[in-house]
Amino acid sequence: MDILQFFVERHDEILRKTWEHLQLVGMSMGIAIVIGVPLGLLLTRKPKLASPVLGLANVIQTVPSLALFGFLIPIPLIGGIGMRSATIALVLYALLPILRNTYIGIQSVDAAVVEAGKGMGMTELQRLRLIEVPLALPTVLAGIRIATVLTVGLATIASAIGAGGLGDFIFRGVTMVDSRLIFAGALPAAMLAIGLDALLGRAEKMLVAA
Amino acid sequence: MAGPAVELKDVSKSFDGERPALSGISLVVETGETVVLLGSSGSGKTTTLKMINRLVTPDEGEVFVRGKEVRAWDPIELRRQTGYVIQEVGLLPHLSVEDNIGLVPRLSGWSEDRRRERTLELLELVSLPPDAFAHKRPSELSGGQRQRVGVARALAADPPLLLMDEPFGALDPINRRRLQSEFSALRDRLGKTIVFVTHDVPEALRLAHRIGVMHDGKLLQLAAPETILNEPADELVRELVRLDTKEAILGSRS
Repeated sequence: MDILQFFVERHDEILRKTWEHLQLVGMSMGIAIVIGVPLGLLLTRKPKLASPVLGLANVIQTVPSLALFGFLIPIPLIGGIGMRSATIALVLYALLPILRNTYIGIQSVDAAVVEAGKGMGMTELQRLRLIEVPLALPTVLAGIRIATVLTVGLATIASAIGAGGLGDFIFRGVTMVDSRLIFAGALPAAMLAIGLDALLGRAEKMLVAA
Repeated sequence: MAGPAVELKDVSKSFDGERPALSGISLVVETGETVVLLGSSGSGKTTTLKMINRLVTPDEGEVFVRGKEVRAWDPIELRRQTGYVIQEVGLLPHLSVEDNIGLVPRLSGWSEDRRRERTLELLELVSLPPDAFAHKRPSELSGGQRQRVGVARALAADPPLLLMDEPFGALDPINRRRLQSEFSALRDRLGKTIVFVTHDVPEALRLAHRIGVMHDGKLLQLAAPETILNEPADELVRELVRLDTKEAILGSRS
């Protein structure tokens, strides 16, 4: 029960760190979506680019996260200590699921439906807007959901390069061998992941039904 | 407008650069006429159809729609003035029946009121009560209802020319017969020029003013149904038409 007591005593700090964490995730996801979705669309139009770009995103995904955060520290302008370089790393990780699902979502739209649109006199842009994007939407949104849950977890490690967030508790807890501190970071992070996943799931249902 | 509704002049096409999909197709479709292209799969009938709305461009030869070569048309304009009905997949699964039918008018910038009025009119025309059907999704409809919506959509912007690719292909024989007779009544009333593709001989005989029998990328004979039956151009035409007719007679008795 002292974990509960710990949560009650430190609720200010826990809430503040959770909010920091949410900001880090929100910012990274926002940027990743703004880059990933249009880039995914572009890849369906430029098939030659698709495999190198998706391959690169795959490679980034395989770099251990702690190492990637470390690599960013000495890089001028975009690197260094703090929230900015953490955001960049998180964007790089979130990019693959978004990029890949956008690409696959558009690719798997029935070619006959697209041709029917063409036969009705739709321009390429109209086909994209009225047929391909709406039909690919569930897959694209699934990619965003996966990326969000992934980012909530990864963002705890960003604390290692001074980005703040719930990872601060976890790293402190590990150093001090205090499981209460680890819990104070891990539990809100898990709840955040579950909560965001549920929220996006609901958004998905609403958008797809509309 | 000058010239016949559709004219193909010595059109050839190959998709792989070796085997011809079409070789030397020439045909004329007069305004108000229904020409049915009849042939088995791979005969080139669908490719011929897609030449007309420029979904496929010929390697050789020319295609004229209302006297103008298709490559001189703006493809978007050409397609909006040409109704296009295909089997099953032609409806957009994420749009309601009403939105599907109103799609081409919407692309052409009609006002919402005018679009709505036209949609309701068309639903009546194809015997689907608007109250019951306007808001349904294609997945909630039966095969026959979907095809009716497909026909309504092709008619939406009142195009003078309709291209129909196996529009009744996915239907059971009873619904197929019913849609065919409704369709021919509708056609006689509206006076559209129609190019219709099918592999079904009875369907061709029932709907066509003239039938073009196709095989292996060639147009074997283009003539009135009686002529095709009574004076086939060669053995192959006789064979292609006769085999299926037997089946159809047996089929319609059962």
